[in-house]
Amino acid sequence: MWKWINSFAKPEKAYWLCDVLQNWFAVVATASLVIGIVWGLGFAPSDYQQGDSFRIIYIHVPSAILAMGAYVAMAIAALVGVVWQWRTAFMFMIAIAPVGAVMTFISLFTGSFWGKPMWGTWWIWDARLTSQLILLFLYLGVISLYTAFEDKQQAGKAAGVMAMVGVINIPIIHFSVEWWNTLHQGATITKIGKPSIALEMYWPLLICIVGFATFIGWVTIVRMKNEIIMRDLHRPWVAKRFGGLVDLEAAVANEKDMKGGQ
Amino acid sequence: MNPRRKQKLIAVSSIGVLLVAAISFMLYALQDSIDVFYTPTEVLEGKAKTGQKPVIGQRLRIGGLVVPGSVSRDEETLAVSFDLMDVGPKVTVQFNGSLPDLFREGQGIVATGTLTEENLIIAHEVLAKHDEEYMPPELAEQLKGIKHVKPEQAGY
Repeated sequence: MWKWINSFAKPEKAYWLCDVLQNWFAVVATASLVIGIVWGLGFAPSDYQQGDSFRIIYIHVPSAILAMGAYVAMAIAALVGVVWQWRTAFMFMIAIAPVGAVMTFISLFTGSFWGKPMWGTWWIWDARLTSQLILLFLYLGVISLYTAFEDKQQAGKAAGVMAMVGVINIPIIHFSVEWWNTLHQGATITKIGKPSIALEMYWPLLICIVGFATFIGWVTIVRMKNEIIMRDLHRPWVAKRFGGLVDLEAAVANEKDMKGGQ
Repeated sequence: MNPRRKQKLIAVSSIGVLLVAAISFMLYALQDSIDVFYTPTEVLEGKAKTGQKPVIGQRLRIGGLVVPGSVSRDEETLAVSFDLMDVGPKVTVQFNGSLPDLFREGQGIVATGTLTEENLIIAHEVLAKHDEEYMPPELAEQLKGIKHVKPEQAGY
């Protein structure tokens, strides 16, 4: 078992796994996003207090939950990279970091657009909003720390430490609405017992969450595959797999030239 | 597990424990400052844990439920006055401006302003707080006896 898990430290094995999973994630993500969003935005009943404005929940809640979920996944990868020294772990870390950052941004953005008509303000420095903003900064910190190093193994370690340290923010975000007085309301679905949302509103929300989760997985897998190829360009397994099909090296060199020219 | 990995794991977890301890102490020490508002009880009697009480003239936020029947509007201007309460005493808020759509009696409200008397706040911003419950209007009527009224029909 351990041996099997450890085999994914090898880039070619990880690449194979990405290949296997990619299409499944793509299919589930597309289907559930279409169903969840159409159902949520078009057919779910409107709220007794907030009317149709509450429908932002179908974007806001999935993006907020999964921004945190993606962060935890990233931090676990960082732990594996630092302790067990998997090269692929750091590749996963940097593959998921920008995706999580975008999710965090979406949650802040939609939250703002929900807050304005309902609360009466775009932004308030309460514990929930502030800690979510810190999450965005943590993601940006991990990304910029990683890109600051030339040696990618070194970069992975530095960014990995930051990713692990930042995990402390996740329980703070979750419990911020219980520990302190906030303008943001309490948890609706991630609390013990019955969720405080009517069932016909709850189902599309769940489907949206699944859709966002698999969408993040899908994008991360594609990014991970690119990362593996970029890092292992000179290894024999890449040449064996793609040899003759594409001149990868030339393509990458070309891209670097273009970046250098800007 | 080989010794090198074990050593790394011990290092990572001990740093983790120290970090959690440090952050918890920090948040514990800051707890009153992290609250975004005072409740009416806290305005009059001080924070439950520290007894910290706002002084007259202080700018602060207050959060509480609008006491039903306490909303009074000026006929000519936008000026409005209402009482807020949580579990204890009431605090009066005076405000001159447009209220958010969700403002109604019984609703949670957060107001920013200056404490001018012991139990009077002159607010320059009023925000509505809503709870974490979402349900269709029919269900709300059945369950809570709340009838959805648009603000313009509310009659206050």
